[in-house]
Amino acid sequence: MSAPLPGQGIIKGLAETARNFVGSYLKEDRLVTVQYPEERVPQKEAARNFPFLVYDGDDWQKGLRCVACLICEKECPPQCIYIVKDTARKPDYTGKLQFQPKVFDIDTSVCMSCQICVEVCPFDAIKMDVEYELSTGDRFGSLLMRKAQLAKPNEYYRQIHPTEAAEVDARLGAEKSRAEAKAKAAASPKSAGCGV
Amino acid sequence: MSLTLRKPELHDSASLPDIPAPEGSGMPTYTIRSKRRADGADAGALLEVSMGPQHPSTHGVFRMDVVLDGERVVKLKPVFGYLHRNHEKIGESTTYLGSMPYTDRLDYFCSLTNNWAYALAVEKLAGLQPPPRAEYIRIITAELTRLQNHASLVGFLLQDMGAMGTPLMYAFRERERILDLFESLTGARMMCNYMRFGGCRCDLPPGWLEQASQVVNDFPRFLDELEALLSENEILLSRTQGVGVLSRELAVNASITGPMLRASGVNYDIRKVDKYGLYDRFAFRVPLGEHGDVYDRYMIRILEMRESLKILQSALQDIPEGPIMDPKAKLRGFRPKPGEVYGRIEAPKGELGFYLISDGSPQPYRYRVRPPSFINLTILEDMCLGHHVADVVIILGSVDIVMGEVDR
Amino acid sequence: METLDQIKARIEAAVTAASVQIVPNANPEGQSSLLVDNPHALATARFLREDAALRLDYASNVNGVDWLDAVIQEKRKVKQVIEGVEREIEQTTELKKPGYLEAVYHLYSMELKHGPLILRLRTGNRTDNTRVPSLTPVWRGAEFQEREAYDLYGIVFDGHPDLRRILMWDEFKDFPMRKDYAEPDDYEYEPTPHDELLEKARRHYPAEGGA
Repeated sequence: MSAPLPGQGIIKGLAETARNFVGSYLKEDRLVTVQYPEERVPQKEAARNFPFLVYDGDDWQKGLRCVACLICEKECPPQCIYIVKDTARKPDYTGKLQFQPKVFDIDTSVCMSCQICVEVCPFDAIKMDVEYELSTGDRFGSLLMRKAQLAKPNEYYRQIHPTEAAEVDARLGAEKSRAEAKAKAAASPKSAGCGV
Repeated sequence: MSLTLRKPELHDSASLPDIPAPEGSGMPTYTIRSKRRADGADAGALLEVSMGPQHPSTHGVFRMDVVLDGERVVKLKPVFGYLHRNHEKIGESTTYLGSMPYTDRLDYFCSLTNNWAYALAVEKLAGLQPPPRAEYIRIITAELTRLQNHASLVGFLLQDMGAMGTPLMYAFRERERILDLFESLTGARMMCNYMRFGGCRCDLPPGWLEQASQVVNDFPRFLDELEALLSENEILLSRTQGVGVLSRELAVNASITGPMLRASGVNYDIRKVDKYGLYDRFAFRVPLGEHGDVYDRYMIRILEMRESLKILQSALQDIPEGPIMDPKAKLRGFRPKPGEVYGRIEAPKGELGFYLISDGSPQPYRYRVRPPSFINLTILEDMCLGHHVADVVIILGSVDIVMGEVDR
Repeated sequence: METLDQIKARIEAAVTAASVQIVPNANPEGQSSLLVDNPHALATARFLREDAALRLDYASNVNGVDWLDAVIQEKRKVKQVIEGVEREIEQTTELKKPGYLEAVYHLYSMELKHGPLILRLRTGNRTDNTRVPSLTPVWRGAEFQEREAYDLYGIVFDGHPDLRRILMWDEFKDFPMRKDYAEPDDYEYEPTPHDELLEKARRHYPAEGGA
């Protein structure tokens, strides 16, 4: 192989740069800059930012799925969730008596979006939101999200995570119909088999 | 409610501490003295420069106390601890699962390999075995992590050399595509928190394998472009060849691991030695360097990227169906039996190991991270002695440190 | 690699008067370790690195461990004569186990590609006798890690070329990773405190009294 000419490597590199520069006018995949905030890259379905509480139905207080079991508070690694259990049991929108959280605060300045609270919740009550434009000027007050701010309807959950929401709805629907079938079987008069 | 935030205490401004010259242990000895001309007049003193901690080329909050004779380095002491969060102590008061998101933040470029190392150690401790599909997913994500880490490193190395961002932006263009893959799989681009003890958190979404194959098939074109841009560039050659030479014996003795070790010619890749996680099913070579200088480290990383592509191509084709979690694994109430274990993997930066001592409680008794970047800094002084100041920045760039790992 | 018993025998043969014990590891997948006494640790380390069958030239991990003073209760059934009748009763003996600091070394061989061999060095106690020999002259890679063990645990390594704090700043006084480390009382406000933090919050902001 002949010896390289002096400057050959640099010229080759410059040709590469020129190809990228000219190519950015001609091909889509060479122009990668997204002009934020005029353009926004659409988020992937699985994206997560901070948690929110899901409620079924229309009334956010009655339909809240959270039963204040305190599991997410215990498992949260940076301990950013603060729950105070309500002493009285209130019926939720299916009529079943449940505990409710009196206070449910998440400090989003501490939350590290690890999603462990979502994984351990046995009631599918807390899920990950995708809002990321949450800057405020107040260091403590505005970054502390209280129960009213956190409660969002199930329709919103279906919007942001359609596949997950479909799976959760299917599972909860199956459980609900199983519970209803059991209740109906218990309420109906006992069929034959009482004895002689 | 009034917020009385405590004013930070002002410490005495840290002047260069009186560092005794190390003697008698085979390390070089230097005394600071002023030069004298032949007629005894003072020809100028040695200059002490503190490079960092706020410096665009020190890869994070990292400081080097450099003593210079003109432009030549006579002594160099790395100073770090600016990002020390005492992750090991947090690990002692958090449950095993709760430490997983904290491991993301160690080497924040490569969160998935950090997760894997920790999951490997805990699985050894608890006797869990991930199913084959989970192992394949782990290998795919680890090799993607390696690709984006090495690409970013080449970009940052060239940035430190003064290339004003062009190779860096090319590397980041590819890295963005890989981070998009991570986002659609795990939910987050960098802090993935994906591995669990006994497998992975969730399965691949539909279409992910096709997207990943697309990225992997486009990657060789990017590597060819990068090599055309850089590998024969005379400026790069003259700045990196012969600079920062690390001999084999010193590399082994100083516990250097990863691409730095292989650039010095030592054939030690933990994927081949320990054969963890089904790596023995894949055919890949381990590139070795000859000279151990910065150019070799740069070329080793390019070659390792090509080998990772081979692993990825076969893994994406052969991934089996099946469950992704060990059925014995528990999410809550995880209490491994007492004992101790050391689990290690070949992270992109070197050997990342976790040493765990369990006493049967939900929190580990001792949680230790063996950080590759921290230990690779041991011979920074040896490599930089006699070189110019500008070379120090390049040598540091080739060591590939991330302060989240150095300081933990 | 040979078994631990064989290695122990060869160390005791090669290094005169070395006392090596095997510390068992309860975990089946983990390895048991060798506890070497301090006066012969350096010679043992040299032997391990130079021996042809072992060639342990790579000190992968060096870290400190803190073991507090512990009291172990042992219950035993003992026959005793009470009121003329021999009965078996349970007797509890309390064993005081003094605490110590430990330096654990994980050694591998890059040449022969085997490992790990786990070496342990123990200090006398946690207060005034915290010196162990430094193995940096044998494995240079232990240099920064021993400095870290000194910084975070207070284990003083004799013979270390440059023993000073590495992660904490130089004027820092205490040793953060010890189990009995008391954090300074520098509580700042936090909206959602839990457990110990809640106690600290109540002390600093008594008017708050829990949201």
